[in-house]
This record gives sequence, structure tokens and C-alpha cells, in this order.
Amino acid sequence: MKHEFRVTVGPVGFRIGSDWKRPLDQLSALYADYPAPDIPDFTVRLFAQRPWRRFIRPSVMIGGDYMLPDAAPLSLAHGLLAAEMGMNLQMALGQRRYLLLHASAVERDGRALLMTGHSGAGKSTLSALLGERGWRFMGDEFALIDLDSGALHAFPRLVSLKNEAIAVMEGEVQSDRLGPLMRDTPKGDIRHLRPPKEAVARMREPAKPALLLFPRFGHAVDIRKVGEAEIFVRLTQASTNYVALGEAGFDALSSLVRTIPTRAVDYPDTESAVASVERLWAELAE
Amino acid sequence: MNAPAYRADPPEARYLVALDGVALIFHRPSGLTHILAPPAPQILEALAEGEAEPAALLERLRRDYDFGDSDDLEAALEARLAELETSGLVWRA
Amino acid sequence: MTDARLLVRALVDPATTRALDAEGWTALIAMARAEQLMGSLAHRLDGLDHLPEKVAQLCTDARQSAEHARRQALWEAEMARRVLAPLGEPVVLLKGTAYVAAGLSAGIGRSIGDLDILVRRDALDAVERALIEQGGWEWVKEDAYDDAYYRDYMHELPPLIHKERDRMIDVHHTVLPLTAKPTPDAEAMIADSVELANGLRVLSPADMVCHSAAHLFADGDLAGGLRNLWDIDRLVRDFGPRDGFWQALGERAQRHQLQKPVARALRLAEALYGTPLEGDAAGRGRAGDALYIRRLLARDGWGREIRKLLRLAFYIRSHWLRMPPFMLAKHLWTKWRKG
Repeated sequence: MKHEFRVTVGPVGFRIGSDWKRPLDQLSALYADYPAPDIPDFTVRLFAQRPWRRFIRPSVMIGGDYMLPDAAPLSLAHGLLAAEMGMNLQMALGQRRYLLLHASAVERDGRALLMTGHSGAGKSTLSALLGERGWRFMGDEFALIDLDSGALHAFPRLVSLKNEAIAVMEGEVQSDRLGPLMRDTPKGDIRHLRPPKEAVARMREPAKPALLLFPRFGHAVDIRKVGEAEIFVRLTQASTNYVALGEAGFDALSSLVRTIPTRAVDYPDTESAVASVERLWAELAE
Repeated sequence: MNAPAYRADPPEARYLVALDGVALIFHRPSGLTHILAPPAPQILEALAEGEAEPAALLERLRRDYDFGDSDDLEAALEARLAELETSGLVWRA
Repeated sequence: MTDARLLVRALVDPATTRALDAEGWTALIAMARAEQLMGSLAHRLDGLDHLPEKVAQLCTDARQSAEHARRQALWEAEMARRVLAPLGEPVVLLKGTAYVAAGLSAGIGRSIGDLDILVRRDALDAVERALIEQGGWEWVKEDAYDDAYYRDYMHELPPLIHKERDRMIDVHHTVLPLTAKPTPDAEAMIADSVELANGLRVLSPADMVCHSAAHLFADGDLAGGLRNLWDIDRLVRDFGPRDGFWQALGERAQRHQLQKPVARALRLAEALYGTPLEGDAAGRGRAGDALYIRRLLARDGWGREIRKLLRLAFYIRSHWLRMPPFMLAKHLWTKWRKG
């Protein structure tokens, strides 16, 4: 394709081709510290629906090795978001090496805290915030569970900050770590955050899953136990490749569920969430 | 007797993990995961001896479990068998 | 310009991939995925010692995916078997599911979508009823027009999807649309089909090749053609050495009015995959083959479709093959009006 950018996130390499230069320039600025793969795991394509649509009301179609049949295009101003969506899509549909959980993760002392829940539950913001407060950021979107060892592999892609989370993190980090503010995308306002240098430098170091939380934002502080069967079901729902992995996926997930301490956590604001996380970590982390 | 006989895959076709009170079953021929509450796992176990009609199956289960004296046990068993049939874990011989 | 010749060469002679650099591997994998041939390629490359580590990993993943597809396909077939067995009707598996159920080379590494079965036309209602009432399948969509379109003009029931397993089944009563010009003798295909150990059936070797060839040309605009042609290559390699296969193929192709598609498919398979041919089923003339080959290879190193004009030409052709012109207009009009 006309323009190309390559990046390795955790153990996964991507090749992104584009009909336009700008989204790739934005990507390469934000992913400056990440290595480029020789042979990528996945190819993503950002292309114009018709040749003239490269220039006239340009809209970005998202394609690649794995595609959804009816993915709607995005405006060129949201090209960076399109690239990220394309990369996520490859992971969601094509990843077979690891059990993929839709979860965020941070690490301390070689042990990992996993957070999963519906979008809007705050797992992404919480992981980004913890990443600035003494934890190693391992990823805000996907956690990769090793099918043999059960270890967690980092996938520290750019953090995709949405709406209110943008202000929270603007107060927390240097502005040169933030991408362009994209207003009125299909998901609302979006701004990407470059993970801390250490998170990138150590992204090939796995960690042992030590605590699993189901956070829920916007409720009074509450901490509940969750039954094993419910945890299992919630994690299968949070995984895009559990079924496709067959017995290896079953083995990895059932082992995780039987060994990891788990709690559901409600919190009214991010500061109280950080406090709850620290307390639960001290009490429970294995 | 016209009741159909039921069959199940041999035990090695299933990978069973016990999770607080329920059985998590990975069914190898289908690659599907099932969460089963008692007595469904016990029914599968009893069918390991070979296919059986509901009445005979109930006798097998009675050997190991005490169900008391309820008279609609066979109907309850047939309902469980129908669920297991839908999920593909048992089928009519 | 790079085209899918790269992929074809790797499938035919995996050792040639020794010469690939990182760019070449990247292009090969993108093409193989786009053509739904990654699993087949991964099996062909299995055990070679020159694969870069990443390629070896991606191949392992692809083989695992194919194994999953195989298991799922066989399970769907088994579930259909359980529901349909009481009808006592022959149920013939078609395409990918048939290849894996019969243990054929064409099934190795193959991606498999829906479950396709062939039943007698007279049994269609009973089959439909059993699947819906006892099997847990339901219509994908309640839509009177599409329904009539499928039933009146196509060669299958409107697709059914299983409520819980989310997998589709296509029930055919013939192997080409009723409106298509060749009218394969579906009853003869069923009569000649071969029973598997579990009671399900697959087409006889000659009919399987006929069906695969019909499918290559009649179904769509040759999209996915490299994969369909790979099926034919593998089938012919499995069946070719068997006694009487070539004679049977000639006879069945004639009986099903499929001499032309079968001949063309064999020639294209020979040209691209070096398929060993015998007898005269491949015909003599090669007019137009070059255009088909260019069309089949229209894929670049990004996995993109190239040669757009050529593709469009084939697309228009494919619709004319399927439906008489008036019906095409009617069909499109209904689609336009409904948005």
C-alpha cells in the first residue's frame, strides 16, 4: 500500500498499510519506543472505499487479515482510531497463541492484577492511573494468558481514553504523551495515551496472575465475593477466542478461575478505586 | 416398554472440573463447554455402563444415591435427559 | 506486480519458500489468509526446517484453528444426524464437512463454514420440520421475499441457524440453482453416494469432483477460487489412482451436464497446482483459461484483491450463469427497493 507502519505490542507484531500518510505519522509518533517486527502476526489496511474518496470527503475503511463484513468507515480525522480498531480486530478475531481476555492489567513484584468488566466500568482508566502510581502498566484492553504456563503476557498498546477519562489522565501525565484529541467519534471523544517508557521496555516480561477484579464505576464503595462458576462464565464472555482454543482454552481458563482470588468492586470515583485496589492487593494477592 | 434408551460418550470424552457445587465439563467431541448441576453429571456417569432406558438408568442411580421415596423421579429424570439431549451430551440409541 | 502465484508456488512445492525473505513471508501469509488457505499452507509447511520462528508460530496457530474448524464441522454433522436419523432418509454431506468426515486430503487444514447437506427433494419438508422442531435450528431471518427467492429459484432452503450453537446449516436438494443452465442429477448423486461409518453419506468420488467444479464456477464471482481449486487438486490426487475413477468422472460429468466446468476446473488445477490428469475429462481447448488464471491469482501482498475490472467481468458473468436475465433484474430491483 502507499504508506506503511509496523509496530510490535507485547508479543504481537502488526503491519499497518494506509492510503493516507497522516494516521500513520500519528501512530509512529505515539509508538516511537516500540520495536518493529520483521514478519508481523497481522496485517491491517486503512483504505478508501473508492479511489476518489481518498480526497473527497475521505472516509477510512478498516480491513486486514481478519475483517467484519459490515464495519462502517470512519472519517479521516479519526484515522488514528481506525488504525487502533483495526489492530484490536485482528487480535479479537485472529489471536490463537494466547487466551485473550478483554481485561486491563498492571504488575507489581512479578505478580499481575487483572481487571475486567463491561465497557464503561473503568478498567481502562484504572489501569492507566495505576500505571502512573507505582505499578507496571501491562495493557488497558487485552490480557494474554499463556496456554501452557498460565502466565499473563503484556499487551501495552496505546491507552484509548474516552470522554471523562481524558481529563483524569491529562491531570496525571506530561502532555507529550497524549495523542490528538478526536472529538465526536462513534465512541465519543477519544484521546490516546502513550504508556510509560518502563511499560514498553519491559513489555516482553510476563507476570503471574495474582488478583482478579470486576470493577464497576459510579456506585457506592462495595466489595463482593464472586462464585467460581460465575467467574468462569464472566471470563468466557470476556474472551473472544475461548471457544476457538478448544481444550487448551478450557484448561487455561479453569486453572485461572480455581487459583486466582477474585472480587467485584464498586467505586464512586477513581481515587477511591485506587484505594480499594491497594487494600485488596495487600489482603489477597497471591 | 417403549421408552427410548439413551447413550452418552465414554467418560474420557469429557474433561470435568468441579467448581463450587457445579461441574464444568469440556466435551471433547464438540469442543463445547457445559456447566452442569447435579444430577446431570451423575447421569452421564451412570450411562458409562452402557445405554439405558430411563427406568433402568434410575435403578443404576439408586445404587449410589439416595433419592428418598418420591414417585415422580422418573419424570424428573426424563426432563434432565431431554436437557442433556439438547446439549448433545446424550442421544437416543 | 506481486500476485497469488507466490501462494500457489508455496502450496505446490513448499521447499521453494526457502528463498523467501521477511517481505516474501509477510506477503505469503497475508495472501493465504485472504484466500482462506492459511490452514492448508500451514500443513504443507509443517516440518520444514527453514521457517522463521514467527512463521512457524503462525503456522502452528493456523493448524490449531483448522483442527477447531474440523471438530466443529463434524459436531454439526453429528447433531444433524441425530435429528434426521429417524426419518430414514439419506443425508449427504457436501464440501468441507464431507472432506473431513471422509478423511480426504482436501480436508487437511481447510476452513469450514456452514454445514451443507444434500437430501432428496421429496424429503425437504420433513428435513426442515425435524431440524426446526427437534433440532433447535431456526430461520436466520423471517423474510417472505428472500424465502420465496431461495425456495423458488435457488438450490437450497433459506439458511437455518442453530439457536444455541450459532452455526448455520444449508439444506440443498440439488447442487446448483434450479435456474442455472446445467441441471445436475441430484437424485443420481444421492443414489451413488457412499455411506460413512456413522450412517451419514458423502458423494461418490466422481460426483464429488463434479460438484466441486460446479461450485467453483457457479457459486459467486470466482471469489475464493484458489481454495476451491485447491479442493479439486487434492480430490483428484486422492481419487486419481483409484480404479475406474477417470472413466466414472467422464460419465458423471456428462450425466450432470457439467462436462465444461469439470474440464475447465481440471485444466486450471493442472495449470496452477500441477494436478496429475488422465483420460480426456479435461477436454482439449484451453481458450479463455488464461483469463481465469489471471482472475484466480488476483491478490496482492497486502491480501488485497487486484485486477478490479477483470473481477467485475466475472461477477456479472456469474450472475448470468445463475439466473436468467429477467430474474436477475427482478431480484436486483427488489433488493434496491428494500435498500
